[in-house]
Amino acid sequence: MRIGVFWLVAAAVGLAVVVLTRFYFTNEYFFFAAYVVLQYIVLSTAWNILGGYTGYINFGTGAFFAIGAYSSVVLHKMPALLKTFDVVIPAIPLPVMILVGGVVSGIVGLGTGYLTLRLRGVFFAIATLALAVVVQTLIVNWDFVGGSRGIYMIRPPKAPLGGSYIQYLYTLMMVLSVISVGIARWIERSRLGLGFAAIRDDELAAEAGGVPTLRLKLIATTLSGALMGMAGAPLPYYVTYLEPASTFNLAYAVNSVAMPVIGGMTSWVGPVLGAILLGTIQQLATVTISSALNLLIVGLLLIAFVIIAPNGIVGLVQARRRRRAAAGEARAEQRAAA
Amino acid sequence: MNAAPGSDGPLLAVSALGKRFGGFVALENIDLTIAAGERVGLIGPNGSGKSTLVNCLCGTLHNETGTVAFDGRPLDGLIAHERTRLGLARSFQLPKPFHSLNLIDNIRVPLLYTVNARPGHHLSDAQVEARCRELLHDVALADKARRLPRDLTQVEMRKLELARAVATQPRLLFADEAMAGLSPSEVEEIIAVLLRLNEQGITIVLIEHIMRAVMSFSTRLVVLVAGQKIADGMPQEVVRNPEVEKAYLGE
Repeated sequence: MRIGVFWLVAAAVGLAVVVLTRFYFTNEYFFFAAYVVLQYIVLSTAWNILGGYTGYINFGTGAFFAIGAYSSVVLHKMPALLKTFDVVIPAIPLPVMILVGGVVSGIVGLGTGYLTLRLRGVFFAIATLALAVVVQTLIVNWDFVGGSRGIYMIRPPKAPLGGSYIQYLYTLMMVLSVISVGIARWIERSRLGLGFAAIRDDELAAEAGGVPTLRLKLIATTLSGALMGMAGAPLPYYVTYLEPASTFNLAYAVNSVAMPVIGGMTSWVGPVLGAILLGTIQQLATVTISSALNLLIVGLLLIAFVIIAPNGIVGLVQARRRRRAAAGEARAEQRAAA
Repeated sequence: MNAAPGSDGPLLAVSALGKRFGGFVALENIDLTIAAGERVGLIGPNGSGKSTLVNCLCGTLHNETGTVAFDGRPLDGLIAHERTRLGLARSFQLPKPFHSLNLIDNIRVPLLYTVNARPGHHLSDAQVEARCRELLHDVALADKARRLPRDLTQVEMRKLELARAVATQPRLLFADEAMAGLSPSEVEEIIAVLLRLNEQGITIVLIEHIMRAVMSFSTRLVVLVAGQKIADGMPQEVVRNPEVEKAYLGE
């Protein structure tokens, strides 16, 4: 029931933000920038389902993201391809591409999980890094999707829902943000989330408590991969020119690790806060200073947080609350003694 | 072997179990039967294979040779959580609490994933909550239910470890050095908890170094030395066994 209320509130907030910003901002650039911030909410939330809840650090965000993007390229080219076989199909709408991108990335997530989840700790992280390299190599050598040259993507002439196409992309990304945050919060409060936490804390003890650890970890990699793929699916229409070097940019992997770490990994709030904070700073820095500064900012913030607040912003708030509660208890005891 | 099999055969039957780590033979040709209701002490010098045996029986490690049957059902190929669901629980030598979860949630994990995962069982949320509190109460941890494991003392940590194992409603419990590093009075506390569990019908295998504790608890003693079982019988007789004396005290 409480979960239903949360979904309603989250959807209402998302809708309100979309409607208000579309009235308030006449400058297209706002939507370009906001799209990226929302995309990072999805990516960091997705990363956190595996990295924060189950404790498996994934450096392959770029791979899952790119698989989503390139599955959209394939679907985009599908009508033209089929036409050569005298099969006529209409252009595939973007929401369908997002779903397909999610399914493909989810399957890759499941496969990767099956192959790598017997590795623990740093070895799993290295394997995911390798995955990114493998997928990039495949894409670079696949001519149909543009290979290393890249590919121009012509946006559909009309944007559904009125407004410009970029506003449409922005709205879709808002929907994805609401969905991924809703899923993350649902996991946190469910039996699944408790099992994830048990795995993160101690895998042997989790097994001894009856937790089917392999199955749960596969659920986490699949969900996480699927959401990352969904975040990547609209990318071709966003950039209109898609090429491997920027699609597999290290920034996606670094940011989707840094944002949950800075925001706090134990709760759905953390990745959202981290993505909004870091994403906004990056967008501002890109405009005012230089686009090359982005990763430097991330690096410095990451170092600062790891030293000062290893549990992120959420951790800081929780620690403060605990201290206050403890102080309250102590005062109550003193009063009782007096 | 003098274990009196219960009316329906032994609860646990291990035959010719062997485990190697590379060239090192950790366990060799272990035969062991445990009847329902027994309190078995498993002793042996450091490195004799006690924990390896528990790990093989509980599915954490896989034995290369031999078979294990639990209540007549072969366990070969089953992984740890499947064995837990069948009724085989363990506590760990070094306590392994879920450190980010409070005590209630620590107990909730086995309740949701073991008890509720068995066919025909389903506890409602309220029943789970009540059962968590009951289990914590049984080991005198009820007033720390909302605390994190790091707030616990050593002995409380051991009790949490036991409570979490008992939460799975096991028929057989392996208590792996549940008393290591505790003071004599704390050892008494843990023994009292184990005896009460045994009275409730849980068969217990106690792996322990503290001989006083083992002797007062066990109805039967099994001795492992260098991966082989060298004695199995009444505690008083086993400790007088010259081979056991030799293993413990040297020639």
